[in-house]
Amino acid sequence: MRLPVQLVLGTVLFGLFLAAALLSLVWTPFDVTELDIAHKLAAPSAAHWLGTDHLGRDMTAMLMAGARTSIAVALLAVGIGITLGVPLGLAAAARRGSLLDEIIMRGNDLIFAFPSLVIAILITAVFGPSAINAILAIGIFNIPVFARVSRGAALTIWPREFILAARVAGKHSARISAEHILPNIANLLVVQGTIQFSMGILAEAGLSYVGLGAQPPTPSWGRMLADAQTFFYAYPRLAILPGLAIVLTVLGLNLMGDGLRDLLDPRLRRTVR
Amino acid sequence: MVRYAATRLISLGLSLMAASLVIFAVVEVIPGDPAAFMLGMNASEETVAALRDELGLTGSLPARYLGWVTGMLGGDFGTSYTYRVPVSELIAARLWVSLPLALYALALSTLLALPIGMLAAARRGRATDYGIMGLTQLGIAVPNFWFAMLLVVLFAITWPIFPAGGFPGWENGAWPALKALTLPAVALALPQASILARVMRSALIETLGQDYIRTARAKGLTEGQAIRNHGMRNAMIPVLTIVGLQFSFLLAGAIIIEKVFFLPGLGLLIFQGITQRDLVVVESVVMLLVFAVILVTFLVDLAYALVDPRLRHTR
Amino acid sequence: MIALENISLLLSGIPVLRDVSLRIPPGQTLGLVGESGSGKSMTALSVMRLLPDGAKLSGRVLLEGRPLTDLTERKMCAVRGGQIGMIFQEPMTALNPVQTIGDQVAETLLVHGAARRSEAREIAKERLARVGLAPERFPLDRYPHELSGGQRQRVCIALAIALRPKLLIADEPTTALDVTTQAQILELLRELVREEGMSCLFITHDLAVVAEMADEIAVMKAGAVVEQGPTGALLREMRHPYTRALFDASRHCPDRAPIVQDAPLLEVENALRDYPLKRQGLFGRREYFRAVDGVSFELRRGESLGLVGESGCGKSTLTRAILGLEPLQRGAIRLDGEAVSPAMPADLRRRMQVVFQDPYGSFNPRHKVSKLLAEPFHLTGRPADMEARVAEALENVGLQATDADKFPHEFSGGQRQRIAIARALIARPELIVLDEAVSALDVSVRAQVLDLLADLQARFGLSYLFIAHDLSVVRSVTDRVLVMRGGQIVEAGETEAVFTAPAAVYTRELLAAAPVLPTA
Repeated sequence: MRLPVQLVLGTVLFGLFLAAALLSLVWTPFDVTELDIAHKLAAPSAAHWLGTDHLGRDMTAMLMAGARTSIAVALLAVGIGITLGVPLGLAAAARRGSLLDEIIMRGNDLIFAFPSLVIAILITAVFGPSAINAILAIGIFNIPVFARVSRGAALTIWPREFILAARVAGKHSARISAEHILPNIANLLVVQGTIQFSMGILAEAGLSYVGLGAQPPTPSWGRMLADAQTFFYAYPRLAILPGLAIVLTVLGLNLMGDGLRDLLDPRLRRTVR
Repeated sequence: MVRYAATRLISLGLSLMAASLVIFAVVEVIPGDPAAFMLGMNASEETVAALRDELGLTGSLPARYLGWVTGMLGGDFGTSYTYRVPVSELIAARLWVSLPLALYALALSTLLALPIGMLAAARRGRATDYGIMGLTQLGIAVPNFWFAMLLVVLFAITWPIFPAGGFPGWENGAWPALKALTLPAVALALPQASILARVMRSALIETLGQDYIRTARAKGLTEGQAIRNHGMRNAMIPVLTIVGLQFSFLLAGAIIIEKVFFLPGLGLLIFQGITQRDLVVVESVVMLLVFAVILVTFLVDLAYALVDPRLRHTR
Repeated sequence: MIALENISLLLSGIPVLRDVSLRIPPGQTLGLVGESGSGKSMTALSVMRLLPDGAKLSGRVLLEGRPLTDLTERKMCAVRGGQIGMIFQEPMTALNPVQTIGDQVAETLLVHGAARRSEAREIAKERLARVGLAPERFPLDRYPHELSGGQRQRVCIALAIALRPKLLIADEPTTALDVTTQAQILELLRELVREEGMSCLFITHDLAVVAEMADEIAVMKAGAVVEQGPTGALLREMRHPYTRALFDASRHCPDRAPIVQDAPLLEVENALRDYPLKRQGLFGRREYFRAVDGVSFELRRGESLGLVGESGCGKSTLTRAILGLEPLQRGAIRLDGEAVSPAMPADLRRRMQVVFQDPYGSFNPRHKVSKLLAEPFHLTGRPADMEARVAEALENVGLQATDADKFPHEFSGGQRQRIAIARALIARPELIVLDEAVSALDVSVRAQVLDLLADLQARFGLSYLFIAHDLSVVRSVTDRVLVMRGGQIVEAGETEAVFTAPAAVYTRELLAAAPVLPTA
């Protein structure tokens, strides 16, 4: 089987940043919490491959640690969306048209009325800013996305005759959902997962940029961009690098998603953006 | 049609009620005593009590909720603790920045995306299509606030065509105001246009595989005529859904973009509200944003019925 | 006069049509028959030049002596809809759902510049009236979703004949319709061909339909026409062995020697089932649709009982209730004296199994045959000799034990239906519900599966509830038959008696509408 070009390209791109994030857990070229005002705003050199920022922190180390924050936040947010959204969607589909279905779908609509930034604003206003806020805000917004996708996909599977056959074999709807429905919509969930992952990275960057996400000294790409704004004209490097990191990570994930879709099922277009 | 609209209107009302309950619960119930929360740890008993009085926090929870909601229905959002003016005044002034910005961006995004998506669908599988798909893929990946920073460097500093930030106000003429909103609107529109163009393309390609397109071809329509007369209107159904969803992203995005351009919009107001712990302002602006999203969902539902006769005729 | 001369077609390099030559004089209908994949539809699309990308066409198509095969795409557009009209199989999806029927008929006229807008609407009204949609009941501003399948097919015919084409191509135009609707549409097509002096290329898999419709028949197999001739002579002589095999399979009647006991196995008593309709508005009152309305019957041990009726008659709902998947509002269903309901015990469930219509949808595509066949063991607990049981079930239906390791997509449609039967057999049931179990199969495969079912019935003493819309099949394999309409049983009796002397008016209508193969 030939792998789609996008899948290979996307996996390589995203893999690069994932590797950097994992590496940063055990090693970074410099300590990101260590300020070195004497060497602030230094140009790239043998010691500082990508130079230093306005507080003299090593940019390479900052970008690596930033990757860790971005990927962790987005991954956990997707995790929240899948673990809560998929069972809700499957349950709604299994009891189509029932009160349960109605409640789940109206609940979804309600959450959809709160963009993740608004959720983050509400949480921050009451509990103060933190990376957990970002995870919760993005994660909560992911729940209805996964609930809708899995409900919609499950509804196309339920009337199929092999489901009727399973019911004739005496299986209950929870068991049928796990055994027959879930494996048949897994492709769709994987593709939607990569899309939500990439959107999570963008959302995390936005939240950190406005100060509602990860707080200093935790490095994050959005925070780096906010710090760099004042120096942008004089030191464009400070803003270009984290920006490129975001673009390439998101691009990598989106290409992976497209590639996976082509690989798993070319007819599959039911993903929600 | 009337029946359909009435049903949607009822569901609009219910959504608003549910949303207001959620906001009220998060802002006024979870912190315990909002007055103490707003004043911080060092406030004396008396000042807290005074603020509690001022904010009307003395009644029971249901009474306070009802007071808040009925106040908003009459245009009274309460008084800002930090600004000492009615919140409605604060909001009204800033709405004149945020709303035009979101609409400007929505218009740009739609006008750009639909023709591009149609072009890609018509040239599917050819170089033009691959080029467009590649560019939109990139467009989706670019964070709008970073793109905004690049735009500022390019079109406000290197070539000073547009202002780098700030807002002259509408009273000094529409042109300077529009000019100040152009770069922010472009920054907001780019990622949304990329998404919309892709949706338009796939929706059109999807309809091209339908039986009624084959019927149209058998009637003697050329492929182009079949797309225009039959594909387009059917493809508008998914496109409308996305346009509706995008409005909420644009509104949220506008809050972030306002920070890049120092625009005195709702975003700036809400961030000041958060830092100054002015819960009255936060609560009201959030309610307004959510109201806007729910209203747009309602309008999109009505638009569906215009496009799709099957909805209009549900008895 | 339309003539196809040595049409050959390659799709991505694979030959699909080989040297197809046909002629249809004005006012005549040519019936093109064959099993699925024989190239019938591709022949029609070759005439229309509406082929998929990567198609390579050779040979000539002449319409009134004018070669169509080398026209430019633009000129071909003028021919389509103008000189050649075409209707398709699926009337439910063939019309644009967001455009009125009047606009869709008028579009044929407008796109060919044959009329101005106001005139086009007048002509559309007249053409719709001609196909039986009178303007009083079906004004031009109706949308497709407001019409039934048969009415939609009439709209499709109206837009295909709006410009009085010289050739009408009908590709399985009645396959998706009920028999009574089919009879009306066939009658309409016959009239139109005669009145308008069109040539008609009529494509179908149903030999009985083609025998009624066509002046001349061409039999296709694997992309080539194997035999062609005037209907009467062709049916009498059947010179090509494939033609004979096809007709024999269509008329196939398996050898059965049923041993029917007196004791009832399945009893349905006054069954009633309502369906809630979509709620009107948010707080609207829920209304109900009575799908099954007081049905009573008995199925005796060892018997094959047929259940026939058109779509929407309630037979699917009744089937689901009999299988214990959905509750009844009133009445009772008993299997061997024990009550059937969604809560019935596993062992009772085991004694009743089902085979569905769609050999493609019946299996979870991600499971191997061994796992698919073992699913009914959920009811009994896994036997120690499960593998042997799976192998035995496969061999019972004419497959091999080694097939257990394959996935369903590795089998043909007929083989999959055998797997479905094996799955029904594995838990050793007493009653098998055959829900349109042979309806999706080609005639030759259908004949084999019917033989298999007869053989299994004799070997295991099975009882069958045979649900179908195809009357001729029901006649050949059942002992007694029930006729259902509007949720009620309108007639019940010995199969032969019902078919030769129907008592109910509806049964007579149904039998009159069903096309019959002439006996050779």
